Amino acid sequence: MDFAAPVLNYSLLSPILILLAGALIGVLVEAFVSKALRPITQLSITLGSLVLSLVQVWRIRNEGSTTAAMGSVIVDGPAVLLQASILIISIISVFLIADTEQFTALAAALPGSDEERHALQSGNQVTEVYPLTLFAVSGMLLFPISSDLITLFVALEMLSLPLYLMAGLSRRRRLASQESALKYFLLGAFSSAFFLFGAAFLYGYSSSITFAGIHDAVNGAAGNDVFLLIGIAFLSIGLLFKVGAVPFHAWSPDVYQGAPTPVTAFMAAATKVAAFGAMLRIFYTAFANAQWSWTPVLSLIAIITMLFGSLVAITQRDVKRMLAYSSIAHAGFLLSGVIALNKAGLDASIFYLFAYGVATVGGFAIVTLVRDSAGEVTDLNRWKGLGKRSPWVATSFAVFLLAFAGIPLTSGFIGKFSIFSAAYESGAKGVVIAGVLSSAIAAFFYIRVIVLMFFTDPVEDGTSVEIPSSLTQITVAVSLIVTVALGVFPAPLLNFITDHAIFIR
Amino acid sequence: MTTSTSLVYLIALPLFGATVLLLAGRRADKWGHILGTAMSASAFAVGVYQLTQMLGRTNESRPVTQKLFEWISVGSFNVDAGLMLDQLSICFVLLITGVGTLIHIYSISYMSHDHDRRRFFAYLNLFIAAMLLLVLGNSYLNLYVGWEGVGLASYLLIGFWNQKPAYATASKKAFVMNRIGDMGLSFAIMIAFATLGTVSFDGVKAASEHASTAALTAIGIMLLVAATGKSAQFPLQAWLGDAMAGPTPVSALIHAATMVTAGVYLITRSNFIFDAAPTAQLLVVIVGAITLLFGALIGTAKDDIKKALAASTMSQIGYMILGAGLGPVGYAFAIMHLLTHGFFKAGMFLGAGSVMHGMNDEVNMRKYGALRKYMPITFATFGLGYLAILGVPPFAGFYSKDKIIETAFNAGGNKGIILGIVTLLGAGITAFYMTRVMILTFTGKSRWDDEVHPHESPLLMWLPMAILAVGSVTSGFLLSNGDALVNWLAPLFAEHGEHAERLQPMVVSLLALAVVAVGIAIAFFKYSRQEVLAIAPENVSVFTKIARQDLMQDKFNEAVFMRPGQLLTSALVKTDEAVIDGAVRGVGQMALGSGSVLRGIQTGFVRSYAALILVGAALLIAAIWMVTQ
Repeated sequence: MDFAAPVLNYSLLSPILILLAGALIGVLVEAFVSKALRPITQLSITLGSLVLSLVQVWRIRNEGSTTAAMGSVIVDGPAVLLQASILIISIISVFLIADTEQFTALAAALPGSDEERHALQSGNQVTEVYPLTLFAVSGMLLFPISSDLITLFVALEMLSLPLYLMAGLSRRRRLASQESALKYFLLGAFSSAFFLFGAAFLYGYSSSITFAGIHDAVNGAAGNDVFLLIGIAFLSIGLLFKVGAVPFHAWSPDVYQGAPTPVTAFMAAATKVAAFGAMLRIFYTAFANAQWSWTPVLSLIAIITMLFGSLVAITQRDVKRMLAYSSIAHAGFLLSGVIALNKAGLDASIFYLFAYGVATVGGFAIVTLVRDSAGEVTDLNRWKGLGKRSPWVATSFAVFLLAFAGIPLTSGFIGKFSIFSAAYESGAKGVVIAGVLSSAIAAFFYIRVIVLMFFTDPVEDGTSVEIPSSLTQITVAVSLIVTVALGVFPAPLLNFITDHAIFIR
Repeated sequence: MTTSTSLVYLIALPLFGATVLLLAGRRADKWGHILGTAMSASAFAVGVYQLTQMLGRTNESRPVTQKLFEWISVGSFNVDAGLMLDQLSICFVLLITGVGTLIHIYSISYMSHDHDRRRFFAYLNLFIAAMLLLVLGNSYLNLYVGWEGVGLASYLLIGFWNQKPAYATASKKAFVMNRIGDMGLSFAIMIAFATLGTVSFDGVKAASEHASTAALTAIGIMLLVAATGKSAQFPLQAWLGDAMAGPTPVSALIHAATMVTAGVYLITRSNFIFDAAPTAQLLVVIVGAITLLFGALIGTAKDDIKKALAASTMSQIGYMILGAGLGPVGYAFAIMHLLTHGFFKAGMFLGAGSVMHGMNDEVNMRKYGALRKYMPITFATFGLGYLAILGVPPFAGFYSKDKIIETAFNAGGNKGIILGIVTLLGAGITAFYMTRVMILTFTGKSRWDDEVHPHESPLLMWLPMAILAVGSVTSGFLLSNGDALVNWLAPLFAEHGEHAERLQPMVVSLLALAVVAVGIAIAFFKYSRQEVLAIAPENVSVFTKIARQDLMQDKFNEAVFMRPGQLLTSALVKTDEAVIDGAVRGVGQMALGSGSVLRGIQTGFVRSYAALILVGAALLIAAIWMVTQ
């Protein structure tokens, strides 16, 4: 039997390989480096590999190729843009993760046990969250460049498994944190099963696992359409679950609330980029010519998602849950970019993903700062009058909220405007109407929070604002600058995306 | 069109000042005020440079543009962030930076005891930058950015002393009422884009020539709503009196000379829309006429010197709006009155600040009296402003206000007669309440408490007042000599034929002077001949009572806007609470946090979530099946 060694183009894969190497070193550091040096070593390794990986992405930006790994991955313009977005978002999230206050000292100990207390008192803080982050990021980088169903599934699990663990690492309210982690895991496994099932049907339809093969099969109308339809439906469930679209969203409010806030920030921002990146590639390449079958259904899901997210967010009293529902609504807005199925839709989606991701990290960074003696204060009623006590923190949060609401001069406005106009051009008028309507509803609860912070008298209940550590300051400052800069000078980035975002098959 | 690369410095300099002062924090306490003043002064220098350049060119090539960057370019919607300086905006640029710099200088001394003086200067610089952006933007969208910027700066400055709850409330009120006006502006922009396909001034002007009257009327009315909000015109006028809670230099700069005149700018800038939409133009005149009387009447009953001046501002801007509503003949006169008003009203506000400075921040004029002897410079500068606002020749108001009265009379038909009488009447009431302010403050017997020791203000305060007083005396003559301003602005507005002159200018001036004399006489007999009480008398006529209540404007707002709004809010809160309280609690940790209309879905149980996914999958298959059959 002939066995040809696989040909790998290492330079194109290097962004992922660097992260995996960093993660493995991180595991060793966890075992061998003394506890005093561990946090700083881990932080340096993590940041170092992320930055190195970003540099590498920049260097390969023009070397598009379909055969980076025997046709399993495609490196092209959108891939580079999405990978860069994921890396930038991860870098600013890592600054938040560096706040060890947020993480349990010993994740393996039972909540409330002596063992846990001992670990906390002796300062024996484990820092496995860093390698886990790197593993997750490497999965995220692989997800949007996968070009066959198997690689796609491997990437999905690579990014999901570390996230399940990270959700359970919270120091405060550990039971809730662990509950959310378990929920996320169970439901994630359930949706992965759908995903695999769908992949099997697609193979049955096209006798191929590559996107190009499925594309050709759709063009040739070779197979049984029922297989194709079930395949698309089930595969979509796996992806829609990850982005938190209704009705596959139920995990997200619970997990967003239960997970440590830095992890929530990372998860909400980076996972969305990766999952939508993969979704864009599949629907724009493999299923593009089967548009007749999936556009109406996906439109329906988009509309329900936007309206549901916006409406339910209104009733939330907890800032993290509110942001979770807001993120559901944004998943709906982003779906309209997938539905658009034109070049403008692709450009707009990539811009939106980056802008939204950065603002999300910034928003959660602010959440980590508002605390009392028992940890973060997420009850919105206790955010009253924050603008009087800490004008900078409140103003920054207000800017992020305005960006979520899509108010002009923030990145959110440009993102929403371009994604809706792309969808409108492609004829998805219903989606656009629902989108504008739910944006208006959503603006209500964002602005309500701003009113609460600036126009309500403070209550004296021990809520205080932590002096931000310099790392958190960097996160907030970077997010703030990007959010405003992309609102005022969006043209350079929009043009860059327009020039580069072309899928190759 | 001439292009320039230096326009951006007009905005960049004060913006730089604001940024540095805000970011540097306490470290900048020592030099913050100097930097702020220097930035404003250098913007003025750039403005003067631009004026000299402009004077050297012919009429057609005077406007200067500068493209900054491509702002939004999505599909068919393209907006560049660009600046345009033409004959109209240069007037504003010089007014904003010139008066602005004087007020910066004044504030150095006025705010010297405030430990947050640096922050004050940062906000002043921010205001200057935003206001310059407002008048320099080359499209409605760019103007809108500046429009919101000045709103923000105004809010921050009114509430500058927000440790006092009443002041914080005042800034909130101004903020909320301005939002209504801003909605008008955003609707105007949206309608313009939807019907004309562009939002730049040039584009809208070109497109308006063959647009439907209905669309232009809609845009015009929405622009008018915007103008009423920002310029404190009926029916959105109520906030201006409360805005006086801000430090006095702020009242002089923002709430007298510049920001509140933005509405006049907006209408004048949009002249091509209003000229083509007679209905909207008529509404402009009506709003102006109502406000000029409304403000004047409120002014007669105010004992608070700043509120009396605020009412006067409202009334004077009414004159400008009315002038701008009279079409091509009126635009230039509206702008002329705006400029002269900028001098004399800012001067009087600074004078009021100087009085307060010497009187332990007392604002009640009934506690003043006889200050002429103690504050001679303040008396002189305030007095010159007083003569200017009355329209006594040869002071500034004589040239600008009489022109508006004359144009109103000449508007033709019953409209002309009504407007002419209203403007004359306004002039008479103005004479009454301004004389009252003069008498109560500077003449008669002293009525202040023993611990007050009035004194003249220091040089840094009286110098700006003196310079503004020179402007109050000369600006009218300079601007109207040889129709200087009218000819300067003429290329921007539509041609207008010679109107039949119903009244000779001389007759109008004599009529106006007669009415003013009557106003002065009444005030003189009422306040100088009779004893003025230190405490406002209670047994006054019902009209005085209503006027003291600002003609019931707050009651009106409460009944029409606030009560229904409160009802709606409390209803929402009740539903909210009912839903939350009704939520099933105690199933799993997570359900505690969730409370929503759709709570049945968010139970916290993982099994029901999984079931939801299953149902969703089934529905998805069913939906695809149905679609493809």
